[in-house]
Amino acid sequence: MVLLEIEGLRAEVEGKEILRGIDLRLPMGEVHAIMGPNGSGKSTLAYVLAGREGYTVTGGSARLAGEDLLAMEPEARAAAGVFLAFQYPVELPGVGNANFLRTALNAVRRARGEKEIDAVNFLKEARAALRRLSMADEMLKRNVNVGFSGGEKKRNEVFQMALLEPRLAILDETDSGLDIDALKIVAEGVNALRGPDFSALVITHYQRLLDHIVPDKVHVLSEGRIVRSGGPELAKALEASGYAGLAAEAA
Amino acid sequence: MSVAMSTALQEAAEGFAARYQRLAPRLPGPAGARRRAAAIFRARGLPDTHDEAFRFTSLRPLAGVTFAGPALADGPAVTDEVMRALLARAPATEGPRLVFANGRLQADWSRLPETFRVASFSAEPVFGGEEIAEDEPLVALNTMLAEDGAVISVPEGVDGGTLVLLSLGAGEAGRAADFHPRHRLELGAGARLALVEIALGEGVYLHNPVMEIGLGAGASLSHLRLQNESARAFHLARLHVTLAERALYDGYSLVCGARLARSEIHADIAGEGARLAVNVAQLLDGERHADITAVVRHMAPGCSSRQAVKNVITGHAQGVFQGKIAVARAAQKTDGYQMNQALLLSDEAQVNSKPELEIFADDVKCSHGATVGALDPEQLFYLRSRGVPEREARAMLVRAFLAEMLDGVPHEWGRAVLENAVDAWWRDRPL
Amino acid sequence: MPAVAETIETVSAVTEGGYKWGFETDIETELAPKGLSDETIRLISAHKEEPEWLLAWRLKAFAAWQNMTEPHWARVHHPPIDYQDIHYYAAPKKKAPKSLAEVDPELLRTYEKLGIPLSERAALAGVEGGQVAVDAVFDSVSVATTFRETLAKAGVIFCPISEAVREHPELVRRYLGSVVPAGDNFFAALNSAVFTDGSFVFIPKGVRCPMELSTYFRINARSTGQFERTLIIAEDGAYVSYLEGCTAPMRDENQLHAAVVELVALDEAEIKYSTVQNWYPGDAEGRGGIYNFVTKRGACRGRRSKISWTQVETGSAITWKYPSCILQGEGSHGAFYSVAVTNNHQQADTGTKMIHIGANTSSTIVSKGISAGRSNNTYRGLVRIMPKAANARNFTQCDSLLIGDKCGAHTVPYIESRNPTARVEHEATTSKIADDQLFYCRSRGLSEEDSVNLIVNGFCREVFKELPMEFAVEAQKLLAVSLEGSVG
Repeated sequence: MVLLEIEGLRAEVEGKEILRGIDLRLPMGEVHAIMGPNGSGKSTLAYVLAGREGYTVTGGSARLAGEDLLAMEPEARAAAGVFLAFQYPVELPGVGNANFLRTALNAVRRARGEKEIDAVNFLKEARAALRRLSMADEMLKRNVNVGFSGGEKKRNEVFQMALLEPRLAILDETDSGLDIDALKIVAEGVNALRGPDFSALVITHYQRLLDHIVPDKVHVLSEGRIVRSGGPELAKALEASGYAGLAAEAA
Repeated sequence: MSVAMSTALQEAAEGFAARYQRLAPRLPGPAGARRRAAAIFRARGLPDTHDEAFRFTSLRPLAGVTFAGPALADGPAVTDEVMRALLARAPATEGPRLVFANGRLQADWSRLPETFRVASFSAEPVFGGEEIAEDEPLVALNTMLAEDGAVISVPEGVDGGTLVLLSLGAGEAGRAADFHPRHRLELGAGARLALVEIALGEGVYLHNPVMEIGLGAGASLSHLRLQNESARAFHLARLHVTLAERALYDGYSLVCGARLARSEIHADIAGEGARLAVNVAQLLDGERHADITAVVRHMAPGCSSRQAVKNVITGHAQGVFQGKIAVARAAQKTDGYQMNQALLLSDEAQVNSKPELEIFADDVKCSHGATVGALDPEQLFYLRSRGVPEREARAMLVRAFLAEMLDGVPHEWGRAVLENAVDAWWRDRPL
Repeated sequence: MPAVAETIETVSAVTEGGYKWGFETDIETELAPKGLSDETIRLISAHKEEPEWLLAWRLKAFAAWQNMTEPHWARVHHPPIDYQDIHYYAAPKKKAPKSLAEVDPELLRTYEKLGIPLSERAALAGVEGGQVAVDAVFDSVSVATTFRETLAKAGVIFCPISEAVREHPELVRRYLGSVVPAGDNFFAALNSAVFTDGSFVFIPKGVRCPMELSTYFRINARSTGQFERTLIIAEDGAYVSYLEGCTAPMRDENQLHAAVVELVALDEAEIKYSTVQNWYPGDAEGRGGIYNFVTKRGACRGRRSKISWTQVETGSAITWKYPSCILQGEGSHGAFYSVAVTNNHQQADTGTKMIHIGANTSSTIVSKGISAGRSNNTYRGLVRIMPKAANARNFTQCDSLLIGDKCGAHTVPYIESRNPTARVEHEATTSKIADDQLFYCRSRGLSEEDSVNLIVNGFCREVFKELPMEFAVEAQKLLAVSLEGSVG
């Protein structure tokens, strides 16, 4: 079954067209990587799928398990199982991480018709997830992302993902700014979720993340279009030859 | 009366002045102070927006209302039925509390503290002197018409625990109540007290209290205030605090009631090493207007003050913050800080602020900051992308905006009172 | 010697010890009789051979002024001004010269003493290839204008406003009073009624003015009120940088200066207006000095237009001015950068108003106040966001430095926002020169004087860097000169 089906997707930001007809099929249980040079539209694709304001869809469609994803509010997308790990997670001063996560988790559960989780069980689950990600319990007491290092912010994203159990994770350059140890922890977090009910789009500029999260397929994005698709070997080839040749090839 | 004053306001002012004329012989306390105040009030009238201190706050809504005061009536200030209904809305407490109804102390409903003395103003009427700026029209109005109030004094070295001062108001549109209680609180050297003031009510009335607080050497007051007046009421409060050496004033106010509110806080930091904190949050919706005016005067060396005011404004409401740190020549080594933030949640919401520094000493550290803006769309999106519905996400961010103020309240019961009021306000409003 | 006392002395020179420019030029001056009436205004207008519409405009302003009362500000004090005891018109007797050779040699020597760069001297020391056109206003009437040919070639009009009235009446009539209406305030109304001269600048569509334009104002004749009127228009896509510098001779009686400056920026135009104001501040006891009551306002009428005001105010007994921006055009930007130094009995009440009307407008305010002696220095500013100013942004930073314990530093910002998408940020601090900063500098071998100089200059750096290079040098020199000779 195809979980995410994107057809002819076009989008603009501040009147400038960034996505110029994206076609992509992500089957259930698969992990696809999206690579491409800066400015190719990778992050725009992530934001359009998550429903960020200011990103105007001008054509095409995106369906999640057959439902029109683009018609949903951001929170409805989350409830439907979409999770965006942000490239630059925003700070929320005054909002405690534990309170934030429990509110989010219960909102998603309510929307899915599941029972809400009480504070005690939430803490149990959260602590277990933290241990799996080698993160300190103290993380729960801090305000969301406030004063976090770049690596801590990324790990916090993966921690949230682990708790919210999405079926479609979109990782927007989660590897940027991470040292090798943090990269491994993030990759392990993603790999732990892999299974027949979990799919992911891993957006990255570099090949190195894909050594740790081995994709089923690699797509190359250039100037708002997917110009090549292939197996994991495509990422390796790109690393050797760079993105430079792509534009010419696309034209 | 000033030339610029509107005729309607002038008429309202004349009504109050005439009432004084009629009541004068029966009012408690020194007649001289009353006469002086009446003369000032007649000369100045009710302040208009031409008055720099009131440039952002118009008292004109007062002009359309007929006020009848309790005016030394012999009967009860409010009926038993109203009393019970209002009391039911007040947060429950077992400890000592003073209950006022339309400005009059209700002994039957009050519980007096055991470790310090409380009297009623009608029994012990004393006015503060010039230091509480009796030449200001609203103070003059209070001095002219004050009938009752609380006179509280905690002796040297005594920890008075917690005292609740509950003010209930009730009035009808055609015959609005107005009351001008005069409260006085003295803390002896090293004394401590947590004073929790709660104002609530029903219908149309004007509550115009003046509270004078004197803190002795090393005394410490936690002052929590919840202004949750009727949505049709007027609340014009003035607080005057004087701090002796090493005294501590730690104030937290939540404003979420009244149609028109102005809370003035004037602090004279007169003793070396004294500390003062004024934290205020205002939640405004509909057509409401609320003004926080804080003037902190540093008169002695080595003192610190901190003002933090947060406005959350939606609907057509207007929030005002006027704050001033004034540092006299003698007040070297002053550490003064003032922060003022406003969140505008609707297209018609409005905020005006004037954070002012007036500094005459050179070895000081004074700063202020002010920000005005909407909820951060990035934060909102982040929360929604995690599945939190928009309304809940907005509530979370507003609560976070207030966290600094609420989380700092040092008094557990008082903090719960303020937090519940915030939650209730949010529940009742479509946002 | 305690650090505080030292620094008092160190900085006392800012406007007092270091006031080098207190000399008087002996030139025959033609004075109109003292006093103000319809007749005085008719006389001024006739002398300047003005068209009927301008006379009518002046008389209307005068009528409005007569119904206005002089403003009184909370922190500004001065003896009452007798408006009937002022000469409203003073002009050098000789006719305006056609070239520099015809300029009164006495005048040229004055300029030399002032260090004004005229003709080739415009290439100031340290400014490579720098060209500055000077329209020198000497007691109200422009007597020499240079570089006019270069400017004319670019299509730029830069001339005395009296000349513009004759040669470009349609432009003057269209824009005069369009930013500061004749009845805007007491002093603007007075200026509209009696202004004698000033500068007129017009930069046509798409033209980048080939050089910095500069006018040196200078008050000279005894008891002569100065009522300059400046009008600068930048058409679509035009750019101009305009410099205004002032010095005034030593005087023992107060002199009133009530100038009006109007700027108009159309679509994508940019106007930079820089001022160094060093008028006579009065003596150490507070006698004499200039009353500087100025109305300066710029209208960003066009889309993405920009106006910036940069000022270094060290002179005058009283300074009252709020160079403002009306941000009407979508995406327009206003800026205000100010250094104000007060010493002895000087009073400065200065700041800005940023009125955000259009969407996506932005403004920046950076104000640095330095108070010494018994002076009072007030920043007063207004940031107003109107309901239609979606996404408007303002950032204000306002810092005060106190030197000595007899002076005052005050900050009075007004912030009014009526649009939820607007973001306004304001920060202010007040402090003194930290002992540890002074000690650090001195322990590295700097003298106290140099240390204070260095720290004060650092405090003002954000503003100085906005000045054109010629002025930045002059402004730093002004602070340095003022700081010299007071230690040891």
